[in-house]
Amino acid sequence: MRDLVFNDVLFLLQGLKWTIILSLIALAGGGLVGLVIALARVSASRILRGLTICYIAVLQGTPLLLQLFVVYFGLALLNFSISAWVAVAIGLTLNAGAFLGDIWRGGIEAVPGGQSQAANALGLRYVSRMRDVILPQAFRVVLPATVGFMVQIIKGTSLAAIIGFTELSRSGQLVANATFRPLLMFGVVGAMYFALCYPLSALSVRLERRLAVSR
Amino acid sequence: MKYQFDFKAVLEAWPDLLRGCWLTLSMSSISMVFGLSIGLICVLARQSGSRSASLLVNAFVEIIRNTPFLVQVFFLFFGLPAIGVRLSAGFAAVLALSLNCGAFATEIIRGGVEAINKGQIEAGYALGLKRLQIFRDIVMRPALRAIYPALTAQFTLLLLTSSIVSSVSAEELTYDAQRIESITFRSFEVYFIATGLYFLMSALLGVLFHSIGRIYFSYPKA
Repeated sequence: MRDLVFNDVLFLLQGLKWTIILSLIALAGGGLVGLVIALARVSASRILRGLTICYIAVLQGTPLLLQLFVVYFGLALLNFSISAWVAVAIGLTLNAGAFLGDIWRGGIEAVPGGQSQAANALGLRYVSRMRDVILPQAFRVVLPATVGFMVQIIKGTSLAAIIGFTELSRSGQLVANATFRPLLMFGVVGAMYFALCYPLSALSVRLERRLAVSR
Repeated sequence: MKYQFDFKAVLEAWPDLLRGCWLTLSMSSISMVFGLSIGLICVLARQSGSRSASLLVNAFVEIIRNTPFLVQVFFLFFGLPAIGVRLSAGFAAVLALSLNCGAFATEIIRGGVEAINKGQIEAGYALGLKRLQIFRDIVMRPALRAIYPALTAQFTLLLLTSSIVSSVSAEELTYDAQRIESITFRSFEVYFIATGLYFLMSALLGVLFHSIGRIYFSYPKA
């Protein structure tokens, strides 16, 4: 047991940095996977639709923690010697991809069918039809839910602590053990997460309202 | 080097896995009931018109919704003993799950109550119904019908979230999986099977909720 020193604060901030980095990676990776999932989910191919339905069902129907375990130990079996944080980044990406894919599918389906038909009639090919006509309109609809899901991603990164990666929660745990001030430490760590998440939650609600008004 | 999968060693521990499933289901159900009660109380407190009560409820909801569940559990299990409140792992787990579920339930129930047309409540008063009757028959039942899908989705989420309480050594499926792992050293196989069991449980819960919803919330046929 020792006193709380300035280095502990630096250590926590270091953890905060990793939480933010991990969240951004998961958002970028999950966004990419999510786009593919969403497009496959609304594609004309039955096989693609079936596969994505299964993908979404499995990743939404199992705990994120277990998904991280399976990825972490599964990749180790494939003889990839990977560090915990790479495994967590991959796990979070796959998970975020399923949720974002499902959210964005809803957005794409919310675009009136006439838009797609008009784009077809104008002779636009698939890529242009999606990129220039459908997705920009879907984007407006899904923006509030997407911002809201970013909160889930940030909270999800805390599970990296259980795998053994030192992000914010784990660094809080380590400092709490060293200084024997668990109440203070977990309070501070919680406040740091709150400072990250609350603005996003509030933004999501505001975007939602604006969308409701413009309709 | 080729890895030899060995699911047999894990499957031999099926009584432990079954016990884990049972513990997870019962822990989730208990927390579900408590969470729903907390949500109801919070909504009633917010509707009461007292400013401080609604401020308190808002703070509770926002704090829970904007911090990770893992930190909430750590705060209750590792933090509270510092001020002399020592909880057992199981109790801390149920408490954390209930509070977490309660906060999300508050938001969901509030949405349902706000969706009730004010004219219907006034009509209830005009018909001479008592306050309790109005709350029960005009506010609660239609609201429950409106929020049922969101609420049941939240319950499924609660089942999945409960895996995190293994990190404070509360006993449920993930905890049992970790114990089997430490005996068999078959990490991937154990977690693969445990993941499958969670999927099965959440799917069954989904089917169950769907059937209940169809029976209780279908509109009376004229």
